[in-house]
Amino acid sequence: MTKTDTTDAGPPPGAPAPRGRTRSGLGRALLGAAGIAAFLTLWEAVPRLGLVSDRYLPPATEVLGVLAQRATTPGFWAAVGDTLHGWALGLAIAFAAAVVLGFTLGALPRVRAFTTSTVDFLRPIPSVALIPLAVLLYGTDIRSTLLLVVYACFWLIYIQVLYGVADVDPVAEQTARSYGLGRLARIRYVVWPTTLPYLMTGLRLAAAVALILSITAQLIIGTPGIGQEIAIAQSSNAVAYVYALIVATGILGVLINMGVRVLERRVLRWHTSVRGEATA
Amino acid sequence: MLKVTALQKIYNGGASAVEAVRDLTFELAEGELVCLVGPSGCGKTTLLKCIAGLMPPTSGTVELAGDSVTAPPPDMAVVFQEYGRSLFAWMSVRANVELPLKEKKLPKERRRELVAQSLEAVGLTAFADSYPWQLSGGMQQRVAIARAVAYEPKVLLMDEPFAAVDAQTRADLEDLIRNIWQRLGVTVLFVTHDIDEAVYLGERVLVLSSSPTVVQDDITVDLPAERDQLTTRQDERFTELRARVYAQIQQAKNSAAPAAAH
Repeated sequence: MTKTDTTDAGPPPGAPAPRGRTRSGLGRALLGAAGIAAFLTLWEAVPRLGLVSDRYLPPATEVLGVLAQRATTPGFWAAVGDTLHGWALGLAIAFAAAVVLGFTLGALPRVRAFTTSTVDFLRPIPSVALIPLAVLLYGTDIRSTLLLVVYACFWLIYIQVLYGVADVDPVAEQTARSYGLGRLARIRYVVWPTTLPYLMTGLRLAAAVALILSITAQLIIGTPGIGQEIAIAQSSNAVAYVYALIVATGILGVLINMGVRVLERRVLRWHTSVRGEATA
Repeated sequence: MLKVTALQKIYNGGASAVEAVRDLTFELAEGELVCLVGPSGCGKTTLLKCIAGLMPPTSGTVELAGDSVTAPPPDMAVVFQEYGRSLFAWMSVRANVELPLKEKKLPKERRRELVAQSLEAVGLTAFADSYPWQLSGGMQQRVAIARAVAYEPKVLLMDEPFAAVDAQTRADLEDLIRNIWQRLGVTVLFVTHDIDEAVYLGERVLVLSSSPTVVQDDITVDLPAERDQLTTRQDERFTELRARVYAQIQQAKNSAAPAAAH
């Protein structure tokens, strides 16, 4: 029996993915591109037709021109670098702290119950409410940015980790125990992979929020970065540059989101949310 | 080899305590294949978890080769009914089978050898690098069996392992278990609710009563060692044994009411 019924298999390991997905993916990309083109056309037309004064809304070509020109200056890239620095460092600190604390408290139900009320109180406090505190503590140092970013991102990831740790399948857990996996081995081979989908969701949300708060801190506190550049451009009445910087942050946000999605697909290629059609 | 003595398990759900298992005593000799059948809800899974060291009994003892079982013993492997949840979706078939061996600290060479042998024994050599979810249900359960076999246990516990696969796959898997049992000489305790399966597979069938559970009958299956899905199932003796187990289970169900009132 051993030889013959291996043929009742599903798709062999390296089977090609169904074609439908790539084709509709291409169609979707084309639609997306057309959408952006339409949006830019509208943006170009509104100030040119005089519907809005171009003192407040310069046409798209002008803004993109300024952006292209500024993109050749080192000052622009220094601002982008500062923003990304605050974003990445803040996100990394929040991620590490949330994972360590989430796994620890996830394993200690009583401590978790003890802290839940406090967490529920601290979590909804908007990070921007901490701006005065940040200024008081760190002034315009990058640490002010970090305080805001870490505070907001920590809760997003921490809550996801707690959900993930609680979601371990009892059968998987019993299997691991019956095969002699100790506590650490179970965390590594069972709890961690179970938590990963939650963790990636938390990371994706936090990556976007970290950028928002990084820019906010720069804009309001004046820590170095794109946000600070926007404030300076605004006060020197360089309206087109203000718009160019806003477009730059938008592009940054899109790139960050794409990056996290790629990471998610790689890390979770075994998970139902990613493996999708390949198994159907 | 495996000795269960006066095992009792009471679940303490606050005010309402439920006695799932009352008083179970039985023994498996080394190399025996014993099937455990009982009406549904009779505490088969509870019993198995106690034997596997996954759950402490309220009273009574489980002994494996003379040693009392208080935690999952290293000489025992469990195959669960829910293969989809028991296999780790994030690991390839090979990694699933190899993981317990890593935890046993076996050298790499030996691990590779055991994985290759056990995957061959279940006919899945070609699928070592697939993920479990890329395989059919029957194949997934074979991966779980390969993982148990590679672990080189003295006792193999199986908790209704074929309840969730289709009839044809089930027949194949039954023959696979007989085959593995004969070749490896491992002691097998096979829990099932299927009377035919119990008689076809077992050398002995233990019939459990309704909850609170005791051993109601212990039937020796005197069928030839070489069994075959067609001829064995048509054997007159098979039909007789099947009828006897069936009658015992009916009796267990009907006597449930007075036993519970007791």
